[in-house]
Amino acid sequence: MTAALEVRGLTTQFETRGGVVTAVNNVSFKVEPGKVLGLVGESGSGKSVTGFSIMGLIDNPGRVTAGEIFVHGVDMRKLSATEQRQMRGRDIAMVFQDPMMTLNPVLRIGDQMAMAVRVHEKTTKRAAWDRARAALEIVGIPSAGERLWAYPHQLSGGMRQRVAIATALLHQPAVILADEPTTALDVSIQGQILAEVRRLADETNTAIVWVTHDLAVISSFADDIAVMYAGRIVETGTAEEVIANPRHPYTRGLIESVPSLHQAGEKLPQIPGATPQLSKLPQGCPFRPRCNVANQACLGEPPAHDLSGRRVVCHRPLEAAA
Amino acid sequence: MLSYLVTRLAQAVVVVFAMSVIVFVGVFAIGNPIDVMIDPGATQEIRQQMIEKYGFDQPLYVQYWTFLENVFQGDMGTSLVYNIPVIELVFSRFPATLELVLVAVGIAAVIGIPAGLWAGYRPESKSAKLIMALSVLGFSVPTFWIGMLLIMGFAVELGVLPSGGRGDVGSFLGISTSLATADGWSHIILPAINLSLFKMGLLIRLTRAGMVEAMSMDYVRFARAQGLPDNQIVFSHILRNISIPIVTVFGLELGSTLAFAVVTESVFTWPGVGKLIIDSIMQLDRPVMVSYLVLVVILFVFINLAVDLIYAWLDPRVRLKGGA
Amino acid sequence: MAEISTTPPVQVENPLEGRVERLRNFCSDFSQSKVALAALAVIIALFAVSFGAPIFSPQDPYDLAMLDWMDAFLEPGSEGSGGYIHILGTDNVGRDMLSAIFYGLRTSFMIGLSAGALALLVGICVGLTAAYFGGKIEAVLMRVVDLQLSMPAILLALVMISILGQGIMQIIMALVVAQYAYFARTTNGAAKVERSKDYIEAARSTPLPTHRVLFRHLLPNVMPPLIVVATVQVASAIALEATLSFLGVGLPLTEPSLGSLISNGFKYIHSDRYWLSIYPGIGLMIAVIAINLVGDQVRKVLDPRNSR
Repeated sequence: MTAALEVRGLTTQFETRGGVVTAVNNVSFKVEPGKVLGLVGESGSGKSVTGFSIMGLIDNPGRVTAGEIFVHGVDMRKLSATEQRQMRGRDIAMVFQDPMMTLNPVLRIGDQMAMAVRVHEKTTKRAAWDRARAALEIVGIPSAGERLWAYPHQLSGGMRQRVAIATALLHQPAVILADEPTTALDVSIQGQILAEVRRLADETNTAIVWVTHDLAVISSFADDIAVMYAGRIVETGTAEEVIANPRHPYTRGLIESVPSLHQAGEKLPQIPGATPQLSKLPQGCPFRPRCNVANQACLGEPPAHDLSGRRVVCHRPLEAAA
Repeated sequence: MLSYLVTRLAQAVVVVFAMSVIVFVGVFAIGNPIDVMIDPGATQEIRQQMIEKYGFDQPLYVQYWTFLENVFQGDMGTSLVYNIPVIELVFSRFPATLELVLVAVGIAAVIGIPAGLWAGYRPESKSAKLIMALSVLGFSVPTFWIGMLLIMGFAVELGVLPSGGRGDVGSFLGISTSLATADGWSHIILPAINLSLFKMGLLIRLTRAGMVEAMSMDYVRFARAQGLPDNQIVFSHILRNISIPIVTVFGLELGSTLAFAVVTESVFTWPGVGKLIIDSIMQLDRPVMVSYLVLVVILFVFINLAVDLIYAWLDPRVRLKGGA
Repeated sequence: MAEISTTPPVQVENPLEGRVERLRNFCSDFSQSKVALAALAVIIALFAVSFGAPIFSPQDPYDLAMLDWMDAFLEPGSEGSGGYIHILGTDNVGRDMLSAIFYGLRTSFMIGLSAGALALLVGICVGLTAAYFGGKIEAVLMRVVDLQLSMPAILLALVMISILGQGIMQIIMALVVAQYAYFARTTNGAAKVERSKDYIEAARSTPLPTHRVLFRHLLPNVMPPLIVVATVQVASAIALEATLSFLGVGLPLTEPSLGSLISNGFKYIHSDRYWLSIYPGIGLMIAVIAINLVGDQVRKVLDPRNSR
């Protein structure tokens, strides 16, 4: 079976006053149809840039400098600009972080969605509105027909995010990239949307890349997890294995600092220090200064270990728990 | 919506009233028009007669009251210089100014908005930088000087266009305007370009700023993520958003274009109200000055009102708030 | 409350050191643009020739004894009875155009700078007063300012000129009335933002006199936007004065600015004596554009969104 999305060696660089900064460094992963991949990292780890790079939405001064992006077998980067544009929205779609900002404030929901329908399909405006209404119903928006006539500011944040998700679903793309779509929402709404997305992935066989900083959220609903640190993927594996048995010291740190995994009153372990600036990465393994198992060896580039379906990029991967 | 409209109208009336007091008092502080009106050799008696005839001996508030009474009867006084009713004088000159302003504003919009969109769409391109440089010229170089250059170039050196005055007036759909004749167009084109340059510079900057800001907005990125082509993003998504500030400023500037017409009309001896006000200031023709200024204020206030209404129509967020 | 009054005075860093540092940053950021640097050089050069006009100009154009009717309308580059070459020609009374432009530029600069400075002062006072007292006082003051802003400057200036009459002082007054509102708006806007910040609250709750809060804390923070407005307004004051003089309601030809020179030359536009109006116009244009370019760069540098 072809993967819905496969990324190989993706590298994105930004030219800044202080020189070239590599925001995404040799990132590789793949997602099968109907699966959810959680792309986890702290802010500044390059996870959002990874999403935009895959979509081909990196603007100056940034540039994707290397890598291959296969969307059900087709390398996006080998296509012309127009062909790439035609794939966006049809084969690969994206949902953004802040639902307050992603919809055009002065256009009706129906008009915005109809535009998204008609860019890839020659249909009448009526038919496009019908398609939009159907999409809103799929994501569980009540009285969808009326909502189409609304302007974004008349809807709640959760509603707007559902509209954005419905827009992404219009053409039943192979992959949807979701860039922290629930971060800006209330916790109760967050749960509903997560359940909805999981159901959609299962029912429509859409692959989903769920970008988040929240390990607790992703652990319960992703099939696989990829952990990013300083622009690189440091560990990948199935959600269960990564959570139960982290092999990278950074992953372990992340898991240990999730409050829900601890007893009330217990002191929460923290990862010392802060995420490094991409322009000032330490030599060797970028996590070295914050790592409690680092030694001299870590001054070199960390090697990748393939461990029975898992992949860890570390000089001193942790032992598997018994 | 209706209550909103009524409140705004009431506000507008108050502003007009207040401004009329300020203008009246301001203008009536100016030297003695009697000195201008009559021959310095005239006897004291004739002088006294004139003063009484025009009511210049009355206290200021009485003069203002008389003025208001007359205004409500549609009488804004008689020009001391031309000796005809001011209303008639102003309205005989107004069509010329209006057609000049409309053509100028049209030129500014047709060139300025697309140029601004382009400059904002590709801000780093050479052409965008050129457009911005020209826009700086457009509103930093004084209007009268550009007008003079236009006359030198097209009228004196090339001799292809007339250097001043208004052309033949024709009739179009019952409106008599110089825009109905070729001669009229040949006369209006230079002054209209001259008057439009400032506005054009402003529009370019405004449109570009809006465009640059909009290009970095999430909704534009989202539209790109849906695979919309750039031209559709610009014309369907962005233009609608940035049209709000553009219409606002543009509408407000319509009033100031009328005022700037003063300069262009003087350079091109265009027989409009702008020329009239300059002449009346130099000749101390009080009734004309007061009427002109009050009319301009009324115009300003109502343009502002119209802009607010268009704004409400363009921006659904305001529309619904106003309607509630 | 107790907490606030026990906190030490707000300025932590050494203010002098901070200022020198900021000035240095400002200069290095400013010189990023070669165009702006060139414009600055042009302004300095124009200042030199205009304020040093008695030294640099070949003739005192307003000393009637030095004028000769025989020299009237000499073309650029021709030699006059004074025995020197009139590089830019002479006008209708035999005045050397180059000298007239230097002197005219001086008048224009003087008027532009003093009107700009006065308008700045008046505007700061109005804006700060409004921001400091707030409430009704602010509402009334700012309503007046906004009303004025909605009227074009040229119209206000025309009204003022017609009330005050002609002459240098009158022109300056008219320009100040036409322009102070921009400064008042800017000051008030910036001050309101600052007012809402904590440190002004802190300063107000410590027993400091009012004027110290205003001048030590508010003013330094509203300066950057004011500097930007000021450069633009000086340029537009110069242009506005030239316009008024051109319209014949500004300065008389006995005290000529660039505007009155152009106005005078305009009369001869149809007789191919272009140099009477073109050269003073070029002088005016260069001055105004150069100031605007510098202002543009200052705005870019001071724009908080551009900070590193």
